[in-house]
Amino acid sequence: MTEGARAGDDVNVAQAGEPEAASRREPGDVLVRVRGLRKHFPIRSGMTRRRAGTVKAVDGLDFDIREGETLGLVGESGCGKSTTGRMVMRLLEPSEGTIEFGGRDLTRLSRGQLRPLRRDFQMIFQDPQSSLNPRHTVGTIVGLPFRLQKVTPEGGVKKAVQELLELVGLSPEHYNRYPHEFSGGQRQRIGIARALALRPKLVVADEPVSALDVSIQAQVVNLLDDLQSEFGLTYLIIAHDLSVVRHTSDRVAVMYLGKIVEIADREDLYSSPKHPYTVALMSAVPVPDPARRESRDRILLKGDVPSPMDPPPACRFHTRCWKAQDICKTQEPPLAELTTRHQVACHFPENMPTEDGAGEAVLLAKPAPADAVAAGEGAEAVAETSAEAPAETSADGAAEPVAESSTDSPAETPAAASPKAPDEAPGKDTPPTPAP
Amino acid sequence: MPRLLPRRKRDTAAELPKLAPAGPPPEPENFLEVRDLTVHFPTDDGLVRSVDGVNFALQRGRTLGIVGESGSGKSVTSLAVMGLHGGTSARIGGEIWLDGKELVRSTAEEVRLMRGRRMAMIFQDPMSSMHPFYTVGHQIIEAYQVHNEVSAKQARAHAIDLLGRVGIPRPDRRVDDYPHQFSGGMRQRAMIAMALSCDPELLIADEPTTALDVTVQAQILDLIRDLQAEFNSAVVMITHDLGVVAELADDVLVMYAGRAVEHGPARTLFEQPRHPYTWGLLGSLTRLDRARQERLMPIKGSPPSLISLPSGCAFRTRCPYADRNDGREKTEVPQLLEIEPGHRTACHLDPGERERIWTEDIRPRL
Amino acid sequence: MIFYLLRRLAGAVVLLLIVTMAVFAIFFLIPRLGGATSDQLAARYVGKSPTPAAIEQVKHSLGLDKSVPVQYGRFVKGIVAGKDYDTGVRKVHCAPPCLGFSFRNNLEVWPRLQDRIPVTLSLAAGAAVIWLLAGVSIGVISALKRGSLWDRFSMGFALAGVSLPPFFTGLVALALFSYQWPIFKGVHYVPFLDNPASWAWNLVLPWLTLAFLYAALYARLTRAGMLETMSEDYIRTARAKGLRERDVIVKHGLRAALTPILTIFGMDVGLLLGGAILTEQVYSLNGVGKFAVEAIGQQDLPEVLGVTMIAAIFVILANLVVDLLYAVVDPRVRT
Repeated sequence: MTEGARAGDDVNVAQAGEPEAASRREPGDVLVRVRGLRKHFPIRSGMTRRRAGTVKAVDGLDFDIREGETLGLVGESGCGKSTTGRMVMRLLEPSEGTIEFGGRDLTRLSRGQLRPLRRDFQMIFQDPQSSLNPRHTVGTIVGLPFRLQKVTPEGGVKKAVQELLELVGLSPEHYNRYPHEFSGGQRQRIGIARALALRPKLVVADEPVSALDVSIQAQVVNLLDDLQSEFGLTYLIIAHDLSVVRHTSDRVAVMYLGKIVEIADREDLYSSPKHPYTVALMSAVPVPDPARRESRDRILLKGDVPSPMDPPPACRFHTRCWKAQDICKTQEPPLAELTTRHQVACHFPENMPTEDGAGEAVLLAKPAPADAVAAGEGAEAVAETSAEAPAETSADGAAEPVAESSTDSPAETPAAASPKAPDEAPGKDTPPTPAP
Repeated sequence: MPRLLPRRKRDTAAELPKLAPAGPPPEPENFLEVRDLTVHFPTDDGLVRSVDGVNFALQRGRTLGIVGESGSGKSVTSLAVMGLHGGTSARIGGEIWLDGKELVRSTAEEVRLMRGRRMAMIFQDPMSSMHPFYTVGHQIIEAYQVHNEVSAKQARAHAIDLLGRVGIPRPDRRVDDYPHQFSGGMRQRAMIAMALSCDPELLIADEPTTALDVTVQAQILDLIRDLQAEFNSAVVMITHDLGVVAELADDVLVMYAGRAVEHGPARTLFEQPRHPYTWGLLGSLTRLDRARQERLMPIKGSPPSLISLPSGCAFRTRCPYADRNDGREKTEVPQLLEIEPGHRTACHLDPGERERIWTEDIRPRL
Repeated sequence: MIFYLLRRLAGAVVLLLIVTMAVFAIFFLIPRLGGATSDQLAARYVGKSPTPAAIEQVKHSLGLDKSVPVQYGRFVKGIVAGKDYDTGVRKVHCAPPCLGFSFRNNLEVWPRLQDRIPVTLSLAAGAAVIWLLAGVSIGVISALKRGSLWDRFSMGFALAGVSLPPFFTGLVALALFSYQWPIFKGVHYVPFLDNPASWAWNLVLPWLTLAFLYAALYARLTRAGMLETMSEDYIRTARAKGLRERDVIVKHGLRAALTPILTIFGMDVGLLLGGAILTEQVYSLNGVGKFAVEAIGQQDLPEVLGVTMIAAIFVILANLVVDLLYAVVDPRVRT
C-alpha cells in the first residue's frame, strides 16, 4: 500500500498556469449543443411482455456547453442526470434529439465514424473501484486510450503515461502497480489520468467525488480545477451534491424528473434560485454550522419524487410544490429566460426582481400558451405583481411548506467580502506556514 | 488497558475471566458511557486496531455525533456498543455501560435481550439492510415480538401504528409490501419504525441518510429529531457529513484511525475547533452557507492503514504542523486532554499555538 | 403473480415443442443431411430381420417417404393422438402418448417405459431427500464454524463425494453391506404399493450411493451460499433486532442462501428422472437409465428416441416447478 507519503495532495500544474483570477476567462464558443434530447426506456410486462409503459428518463433537454466552462448538472436520483451524461458520451443512444459536438451531430454518426472523435470527449466515473480493471496495471489502464486510438505519443506510451500519473499527483513509479494497491482517492486519480490521456476537449464527470471521503473529495475537486486551467478543459459535472456543483461549475442546470427546471450562471442560481424545486433543494442541504440550526428556514418537501414512468402532467413538480395552482396542473411552464442568462420553467418563480426592488415578492405569471412564449418573453409576460403570495393557498394540499423560505440567500454572507489573499498561494495546498 | 476478550457465540460468564474487572458504575445520568473501548481484529497481516481507546458518555435526550472518514472506527464503535461483533474475530476491551449495566462483561444472551429493546440501530443502506424475502410488516412484527409477548394481531396493529408514525402513507396497506416496493426514503422510514418498535432508550444511527437524496435526507433528519423529542431517547449519530452533525448533534466526537482526536459541544467544535484534523475536515468542505472559496484546503494524503499506523500521533503524516513538536509526535501518542471545560483534544501542539493558528490562518480562509 | 405463472407455463410448452423438434432433428433430419436415404434410415428401425419388405413397411409407417415437415407432423401427432403401426406381421395401434414402436421388440415404447419410471422416480426422490437434508445441514454447520475441525473434515468428505463416481462407491457399498455384512441382501426393486417397508429397505443402498455424490456437491454449495448471506446487511439488522441466533441463521440466513440452491436442485432431480444410469446399473435396478443403456446397446432407435423425449420432458417439468417455487420464495421475481 502506498498511503500518505507520496499520494500527492494537489498537483503542481497550477504553478505554471496563470493566476487564479485569469483562469476564469470568458467562455468561448459553444462546444456542445444539445437540443430536444430524450431517452425513453420501455417497460415490459404481462403475458407477452408487451410494452406496458415508458420510463421517460430524459424528456426534452436543451442546453449548451461553451468551450472552457464547466456546466454542472444537479438533481436527485432518478432525475435523469446520469442518463444525460451517458448520452452526451454516446454510451447510450438517445431516443430523440441532437447532440452537436464541435458542430457535428454525434447522434447521426455510426460507431465507426464516432471512434476517431471519441478522443475528444472522455468520462470520469463515480466508482473508481469498479471502473478500473483489477487485472491490469496502472500503466496498462492509463495507456489504453493510446492503444485504442492507435496514437503514439512523443517518447512512447510509457513516458506519456508516467507524465500523466505525475500530472494527477501520483508517482511515475506507480506504473506497474495494480488498482487494488491504491486508496479510493488515488484510484480516482488513475481514472482522471486515463480520461486525460488523449487531451480531450470535453470531460464528462459523473459523480466524480461522491464515493470518496471528505478530505479526499477536496483533493480531487482541486485537481479537476487545476487540470481545467492547465488544459482549457470543458467539463460536464454531474452530481447530486449542490455544494460540490457550486464549487466546481460556472453554470448550473437543475433537473427534476427528466427535465431541466432551471439553468443559470452559478452565482445567479445560488444567490437567487427561482424555481421552487431549486429553492427547496438548496434549503434541504444541511449546513455545517450548528449556530444556524435554529434560525434556518427550511422547506421540507413532502413525499417522494413521482415515478418517471407516470410523471405528473404539465409542471412535473406541481404534486410537491407549495405554490402550485390549477394552471400548474394543466399547462407546462416553458423554460424561459426570466432574467439575464437565467432560465426557469415555472409559472410562479421565486426571487424575482420587482420594479421597486423590494425584497420578497412573488410574481404571478400570466399563463400564455406554451407555443406563444418565446424565450425571453416570459419576463415581460409577468407584469402583474401580486400582493398576496399564493403560497399558502395550495389547493390540493399535496405539498405543504414547513417554512416559507426567505429571500436572503443562504449563499451570500458577509464572509464574501473577506480578503481572499491566502488563496493566491501557490498550487501546493500545504497550509501556509505563518510567519514565525 | 484491560485484557482482550475473545467473544464467541456461546460465551458464558465462566469464560470471561481474562477481562479485568470493570471500574465503578458511571453517574446515573449517563445513560451510555463508553470507557477506553478497544476493538481489535487479528488478521493474517497483523492486528487491525479498529478502535483503540475511545471514551464518551451520553445522556437521555441528547445526541452525540461521531464524525470520521472511512476506517476511522466510528461504525466499529457503534457495533461494539450493540454487541454486534459476536461471531467475528473481534477482540473487545474496555467498558460499555448502558443504564448502569456493563455490556462487555455480559453474556451474549444478556446483550441480545437488550438489543432491539433498550438499544436499537438504523443502518446506512435501507435496501440491503432489510430482508428482501419478508414483508416490511413482518420484519417490524418480528422485532416487536422478540421482546414482547403479544398476539400476532396486536403485533401487526403495532407495526401499522409505527409505520404511520414514521410518515408512511396508508400504513395499513403498505405493511404487507416487500422492501423492494418501497422507495429509498420510505425504506429508511420503515427501518426507523423497526428500530423504534420496542421504544428503545438508545438509538444508534449509522450514516442513516448517506444513501438518500437531500430532500429525503432532510425529512429523515427531521423525523429522527422529532422522535427523539417524543421518546427522550439518547441518540448516537454516526456520519462523515459535518452538515448532518451540525443539524442534529449536541456533542461531537471526531475520530481518526481508531481514536478520538477531538470531543466537545457541537458549537464549540465548529466555531473553535482545536485539532488540525478537524480543521482539515472543515477546510475540505464545499458549503452553501459561505461565499464560494476559490480553492478548497484538503488534507494531504490518505488515511493510514490500521495495521501499520504511524508511530506516535497517527495523524502526523498528514498534519501540516507535525514538525513543530520536537519529535514528540513520533514517539508519543497524544492523549485526549481537556483544554477547556467539556472540550477535549488529542494534539501535542500547545493549545495557545493552536488557538492562534485557527484564528489567524484557518478561519479566515474557510 | 398470475401473469408470471402463465408466462412460465407458456414458456414450458414452447420449450417442449422445441425439444420435440430437436429430438426429431437428431433422429430423422441430421442422418438425412449426412446422406442417409430413406431406406437406410428405415433399416435402422427395422430390427433383427431387415428384409426389403419390412424396410418398405417401416418406411411407410414412419412416413420416411414423405417430406420432412410431414414427418415431423406425424411424429408430433403420434405423441398427442396415437398412431397405427403395421409391422407386416400385425397391425398395432399405439395409444397416445405414442413415443414410438420398437420393431425390434415388437412392442410400443411407452408402456415399457411406464414400467421403468416408478423405479427411477423412487430412486431419485429418496436420494434427493437424503442429499438435500444431509448436504444442506453439513454446509450450514461448516459455514457457521468456518475453519473448524468439522469444517475441514466435512469439506474433505465433500471432495471425496464429488470425485468418487457411483459405480465405485456403489460397488464398495454392495461389497460391504450386501456381501460382507449382509444387511441389505439381494437389492431389487419392490413396488411401493406392494410393500412400502420392503421398497424402502431395498432402496437404502442405492439412495445412499446416489445421495453421497450429490450431498457432497450441495454441502459445498450451501457452505458458500451461507457464508455469503451471513455477511449481508440484513443479517446484521436481524441481530440488531435482538433475534435469537438460531432464528437469524434459519429464518434470515438459510432462507436466502437456499434460494439459488433450489434452482440447482430442480435441475438435478429433473436430470435424474431421465435415468440415474450409473446407480441403476450397479444395483441392477430396471429404471429409465438402465432402459436407455439397453436401448443404446441394442441400437433400438425407437426406444432411444422415446427415452430421450421422456428425459427432456422431466427436465422441463422440473424447471417449471422450480420457477414456480422461486416465485413463492422470492417476492421480487413475481412481477
